Amino acid sequence: MVKRSWNALLWIGFLLVVAAPVSYFLFFVRFPVTRDVPWAPLPMFAAGLAAIALGAKRALREPWMYRGRIAGPILMVLGVAVCGLFVVGMFVAARRLPASGGAPRVGQAAPDFTLPDQDGREVTLSKLFRPDSGAAAAPRAVLLIFYRGYW
Amino acid sequence: MRSFQERLGEFDARQVRLVAISVDPPEVTRAHSRRQGYTFTFLSDVSEQVLRRYDLVHEKAGPGGHDISRPAEFLVDATGTVRWVNLAKSITARARPEQVIEILDGW
Repeated sequence: MVKRSWNALLWIGFLLVVAAPVSYFLFFVRFPVTRDVPWAPLPMFAAGLAAIALGAKRALREPWMYRGRIAGPILMVLGVAVCGLFVVGMFVAARRLPASGGAPRVGQAAPDFTLPDQDGREVTLSKLFRPDSGAAAAPRAVLLIFYRGYW
Repeated sequence: MRSFQERLGEFDARQVRLVAISVDPPEVTRAHSRRQGYTFTFLSDVSEQVLRRYDLVHEKAGPGGHDISRPAEFLVDATGTVRWVNLAKSITARARPEQVIEILDGW
């Protein structure tokens, strides 16, 4: 009996499918061109799923030649699930944000406010620009970074 | 956040203060900024009063159905005027420090 060969296509394909979202969060997210519309992982998903499909096909058609009759369909389902999660997550869920039509625009006054900082001290936006605010020199500008929280 | 912390010196050199704002209470932001080594200011808007005035409340989008802030960045000059805004279309589309530095250098 011929020894059945290891079905490398299946595993290379699956590796590609897993690498696609990982590469986005570790690498592509750093550049606005690849971050804002997360297109770069899509060809990786396509190549990975195609490789799994080919690997699974040959395992099912020539089970005496290739391993992966069981692993093939499982990896295919997992691969499609990973791809689907990424696409839905990035193209739908991540974009489900409020319109914020009332947010201050360029040229408008930024609403002043007072809030406690991480040490419990009250901080007022307009007072940050005074030279006596504790900083070495009065700042020229303040960058407000609103973030989700719940870390 | 990390990318801004890494380039904090460049913001200092341009006399720009970084102020992060979320609904987390001070003890949470304190613990987090210490753990992460963040040295700029974190403000707590637990009551969402500022988020509402800036129209940034993302209702029930946080854990347990709590309200959170949608991601946004505003560059405010010394007259209190907004000079630049980034209202992200996706939660990953945050402002990059180099973007802001470019704006500052163009003033």
